[in-house]
Amino acid sequence: MSLRIIVVLAVLTGISGSPSVTVGPEADSADTRAHPNSVPETVEKTEILGQQEVIVQEKAEENVMATGELNINHYPARRAAHVVQHYLNTLYGSPYRLLQLHKIHRGNAEDVSDSERKYELEISVQELIGNTTGKCSAEILFPRGERQRSPQVQASCEELLKINTKAQEEALYQQYKMNSGLLSAQNLPDSYGHIEPDMKPFWHLSIVAASFVMLNESSENTLYNMAQVANITQLATENDQLKFDCHILLHEMVSQEIIHWKLLFTWSPPDGVKVLQMEQLPHRHEGEIPPNTN
Amino acid sequence: MLSYVGLSLLVLLSAMEAATVERVEYDYYKYHTMPEITKWMDQVEKDNPDVVTIVEYGQTYEKRVIRLLKIGLNTGEKKKAIWMDCGIHAREWIAPAFCQYFVRQILQAHKTDPKMQEMIKNMDFYVTPVLNMDGYIYSWKDDTTRLWRKNRSPGPPDCNSYGTDLNRNFDANWGTLGVSFNCSSETYCGSQAVSEPEAQAVTYFVGSRKDDFLCFLTIHSYGQLLLVPYGHPNFTAANYNELMGVGLGAADAIRSVHGKNYTVGTSPDVLYANSGSSRDWARFQGIPYSYTFELRDKGTFGFQLPEDQIQPTCEEAYSGALHIITYAHDKTFNGAVATAAATLWTMLLTVGVTGTTLM
Repeated sequence: MSLRIIVVLAVLTGISGSPSVTVGPEADSADTRAHPNSVPETVEKTEILGQQEVIVQEKAEENVMATGELNINHYPARRAAHVVQHYLNTLYGSPYRLLQLHKIHRGNAEDVSDSERKYELEISVQELIGNTTGKCSAEILFPRGERQRSPQVQASCEELLKINTKAQEEALYQQYKMNSGLLSAQNLPDSYGHIEPDMKPFWHLSIVAASFVMLNESSENTLYNMAQVANITQLATENDQLKFDCHILLHEMVSQEIIHWKLLFTWSPPDGVKVLQMEQLPHRHEGEIPPNTN
Repeated sequence: MLSYVGLSLLVLLSAMEAATVERVEYDYYKYHTMPEITKWMDQVEKDNPDVVTIVEYGQTYEKRVIRLLKIGLNTGEKKKAIWMDCGIHAREWIAPAFCQYFVRQILQAHKTDPKMQEMIKNMDFYVTPVLNMDGYIYSWKDDTTRLWRKNRSPGPPDCNSYGTDLNRNFDANWGTLGVSFNCSSETYCGSQAVSEPEAQAVTYFVGSRKDDFLCFLTIHSYGQLLLVPYGHPNFTAANYNELMGVGLGAADAIRSVHGKNYTVGTSPDVLYANSGSSRDWARFQGIPYSYTFELRDKGTFGFQLPEDQIQPTCEEAYSGALHIITYAHDKTFNGAVATAAATLWTMLLTVGVTGTTLM
């Protein structure tokens, strides 16, 4: 009888794992300082869990600048792909077309000289307004060294311009060309993320203009997005180009800083966006303690 | 007589109707000011007295009382716990919106869903809707303050800027990587580890109960990421593989709601290296399932996520959070089997001790 009880208990214990009901938290003495020689995994495995491929690599490789085949989920590929997004918007962006990185399929990076690092990416890009996606192959050259130079990008995409925006662009252009009531707007989007439907095309236009700055300013150590258009003012039409003066706020993810830029740019349907002047404004400290107070 | 009763009934009914019309449903899909959130917390406690208690656990720099909602069935015993905080960074408005939604969801589920009933019986949920209250209030001040990130403490004497980045101020490899010692920087880590009253509040409250906590979830935006410890590339959590597995499961759950992809990984892998985060501190304390949620979007609207995205964002994030919480719960509480085993062991031990024979 007692033997049977012990057997039952043993079986039950086996199922539940332990006689006690609760399991304490993992002991921290097991947390390790990862040292290249002590990493258990030395084989690269690819597990596909859901839609995110998990590539398990030696930790040591990650500490050095990622070279060779890139992990598509890790920041080096993501930052380089974001640069491609800015580049594509400078080329193809318009009041009715805005491109966003959708997915990274493959990535590769290597040093091509003492002063340059080349990334090759296969990505998918989404057109936000028409909601279409297309594949792109891109090459990004990041300059290394003391002088801050802009990255060089080349990209070829399949069918990015699927949706024809010509009619809408022409209508907008004609409406604002005549200088009768020059556009003036602030806070796109506002604090609640809201943009008046009439102002959306000018928010898109500002993102395109901002993309020139973001592309110029990008490096392997940055990730830029446009946070807001503080204000945008239309100036008199010049040479058949609509002309705008705008104050934009960029968000740089790695430093978390908000950077202010002033831009002078033009736009027309045939010529796209051209930035005439760009100027970084000094670091604004909202809520700085004013001088001469206790 | 009958007409008198009838008239009184009519008056009573109208009064009741007026009273219910008076009370407007809280809109979980709009951004709310701090006073609105404070009032909402009071109402939630009032409406759910058997499961909700407000706990005051610290003070902000500007001397506001930091409060959380403790949600759980009072069993009279020491319980395991889940921690969730939102709004450690002022400009990330979608985060406090999610905490409020999360509370509403679990209270609603508690009424009808046996699984949630079991979890609220076995665990207490500690939810702080807005941790950085001073910063959040400041971000509502006017158009120029919307993108404030840090708290509102004044910084060292020679500094003419305000604020410390609370998520660089915790005692977890403090001041080593991904921080600035420039007081006007957005990632200024403070004069020393846990120099900030808001970080002290969490450190003391959670720290004094660290063995109770199974999960520590800290909610941020933007980027669509689920970050696992640690922020320092030289440190690997003992349960890294498990954290990744559960995180990937959560990302799958998120994707199944509205198709949005959230990337899972350590901060140095998928975002940037950093130190002094609350998530890292919690994991160092031994809290096994410690995650940072970076909610929508991926940079189009950024911190100023449109209000029409509050609902879908909250729905998907809830799915993800629930996945992690349910995993932690189920691993800890193995249900009837464990209870039966425990009972039988106790019986056998009693028999053994008293020398009683069973035959």
